[in-house]
Amino acid sequence: MEFQLSADDAAFRDEVRDFVRENLAPELKRKVEMGQEPDKEEIVRWHKTLLEKGWAAPNWPKEFGGPGWSPMQKHIFDGELAAGSAPQPMPFGLSMIGPLIIKFGSDEQKKRYLPRIVNGKDWWCQGYSEPGAGSDLASLQTKAVRDGDHYVVNGTKTWTTLAQYANMMFCLVRTSNEGKRQQGISFLLVDMAVHGVTVRPIQTMDGGREINEVFLDSVRVPVENRIGEENKGWTYAKVLLGFERTGIAAIGRSKKLLLKVREIAASEPMGEGTLNDDPDFRLKIAEVEVDLLALESVVLRVLAAEAAGREIGPEASLLKIKGTEIQQSISELLFEAIGNYAHPYVPEALETGWNEDPIGPDYAASLAPQYFNWRKRSIYGGTNEIQKNIIAKRVLGL
Amino acid sequence: MDVAPTEEQRLLRESVDRFIDSDYTFDKRREWAASDGGFSADNWATFAELGWLALPIPEDHGGLGGSLSDTVILSRAFGRGLVVEPYLSTVIVGAGLVAAAGSEAQRNDILPKVAEGDMKLAFAHSERQSRYDLFDVATEARADGDGFVLTGQKAVVFNADTADRLIVGARVSGGRRDRAGIGLFLVDPRADGVTLRAYPTQDGGRAAEVALNGVSVGSDAVLGSAEDGLAAIELVVDHALIALSAEAAGAMEALNRQTGEFLGTRKQFGVPIGTFQVLQHTAVDMFMEQELTTSLMERAAASVSGAPAVRAKAAAAAKFHAGRAGKFVGQRAVQLHGGMGMTDELPVGHYFKRLAMIDVTYGTADHHLKRLATMD
Repeated sequence: MEFQLSADDAAFRDEVRDFVRENLAPELKRKVEMGQEPDKEEIVRWHKTLLEKGWAAPNWPKEFGGPGWSPMQKHIFDGELAAGSAPQPMPFGLSMIGPLIIKFGSDEQKKRYLPRIVNGKDWWCQGYSEPGAGSDLASLQTKAVRDGDHYVVNGTKTWTTLAQYANMMFCLVRTSNEGKRQQGISFLLVDMAVHGVTVRPIQTMDGGREINEVFLDSVRVPVENRIGEENKGWTYAKVLLGFERTGIAAIGRSKKLLLKVREIAASEPMGEGTLNDDPDFRLKIAEVEVDLLALESVVLRVLAAEAAGREIGPEASLLKIKGTEIQQSISELLFEAIGNYAHPYVPEALETGWNEDPIGPDYAASLAPQYFNWRKRSIYGGTNEIQKNIIAKRVLGL
Repeated sequence: MDVAPTEEQRLLRESVDRFIDSDYTFDKRREWAASDGGFSADNWATFAELGWLALPIPEDHGGLGGSLSDTVILSRAFGRGLVVEPYLSTVIVGAGLVAAAGSEAQRNDILPKVAEGDMKLAFAHSERQSRYDLFDVATEARADGDGFVLTGQKAVVFNADTADRLIVGARVSGGRRDRAGIGLFLVDPRADGVTLRAYPTQDGGRAAEVALNGVSVGSDAVLGSAEDGLAAIELVVDHALIALSAEAAGAMEALNRQTGEFLGTRKQFGVPIGTFQVLQHTAVDMFMEQELTTSLMERAAASVSGAPAVRAKAAAAAKFHAGRAGKFVGQRAVQLHGGMGMTDELPVGHYFKRLAMIDVTYGTADHHLKRLATMD
């Protein structure tokens, strides 16, 4: 079941498809297909390829370097990048802090930061969670005390994705203990190179090293690096979470992975044929496909509403919950598809330059670690339990 | 069905629980898993000393003649401690095959050594194409004088790199998926033509790809009769399925305890998160799954001495339930721990991974459910 695209949209889809096919380096494409993590340099290089084409910031308005696409075009673009096995775009700058600066930043901040994001010069990370503040984010304790034209920031941020690549961090800090907890929070932009910032990797259970703790020890942050007003940071943070609402569903990525499930099933021997001949396994694939089709239908409705200028509210939590559930189901299918070859733990095989023979089929090495690692998806960005609270309260009025 | 443990079983349980709780700490386990061979030789000696290696071995071959109901007491505790020593490979599967299929001379030679801790075994049976079908064997055993020449590739052979002997399933006659014509062969892993490519597994264990390239073995290397090894394989793998279910039950028990403690101490919104009803209900579901798996597993263990069809059904049911429950409990435990559950530092993720890997060992929940659906 495919949506009937307009002639213009179909032409646009073909243009993006051709561009990816012609410009994505084969080694990088292969890496993405094999589930290996592209390194920083590769991601930045791909970003610059898109930049030359004018496609580096697909969600941004034209005046700040975006292509000025319709919501449908953005959706098509995401889908084609995923289908062509392009790496994920640099997320925290393009999808999160960039749009926030566009909406709430000062002219000075816009001039200073936006071009650097579009040009791929800055890598941003997010400093929200703390050891004591996860689902209850408003209980955060990192303190920012005013000292002349600076804040002095002390505290610990955690679960910070790819902080090791980042030179900038946007974070929530406590500037007041008065009133409601949400009212004493401010939103700061921190240069990671300044004195007092320490990044420590946290190894995840799959062996990965993408998340970190970030220690802030008397870090001096200029007051001009505050977004908007003091003690209003919570409001901005909430708006920011909404920016990712359709992206977080990751429809295109999931579609591509379902194709991968089918490809692997067709090459995994089973009985006289392959796993693809097993009606029970196909039933499981079909079920996820329908779930994904349904979610895509919701996304398209959201996009149509956006195009008509309507703001989408808390029902966006549905996209996060269902999107991550689908991603996790697919990771389970891939894990089960490879049978006994889920067992070997060969992290070297996921690194650049490993050229030994694979153990078992070449697609196997990343699949168990991916299944383990993707359990994070129902935890990060507000746990799925918290998302359900949001829907219960703000959509259903319970 | 008598469900009350005997006095001996109670003492065994106390002894293994004490060992797991005081000696088998998570930090030590991490070191042992990372060492050469992937486990502790000292622990293996302790297992021998305490009679655990001798437990299921027949009394007339230097063992204690215990039943599977006895052995699963150990397996369950091993699951609770994420034990990496090759108990399943050597004692339950390896010695089990020798006891079930071996000649008197082979049993006399091998079983006392296993009981004493002087011999370790690995079962080299699965192949790339066999998936979980035990009768799907392409590795060839060609008669050559009195003996045989073995040629083929064995996939994901657990603990092969520390084994003194491999027990290789190979086809003596018939087509790749015939039930008849499968033999079991004792092979020295250092023999000419045997190549091992060893690696760690996702859950802290060890395995290897084993290539057999014209490996010559004598007639004394054949376990029992060369043509009908499958009956012994199915018997022993059924035991393994139940032992793995017991390990899963133990792992769930540990996870549920850790999760309960976390829910009681982790505060958000000013209260322990265990006060939230939605999390309480999840914890209750996890607890129920653990109880159901444990009871079904114990019942299956008590029924293995029955007819093969009864035994097979019991084992498949136990492993199906353990696989499904283990996935649920593992995933939920990580979820309830939030970011902490994703770390390598906390035990939670390691139990989750072990449960995931138990499910894909000797057949997933789906595989066994499908088998059950076709049994009478």
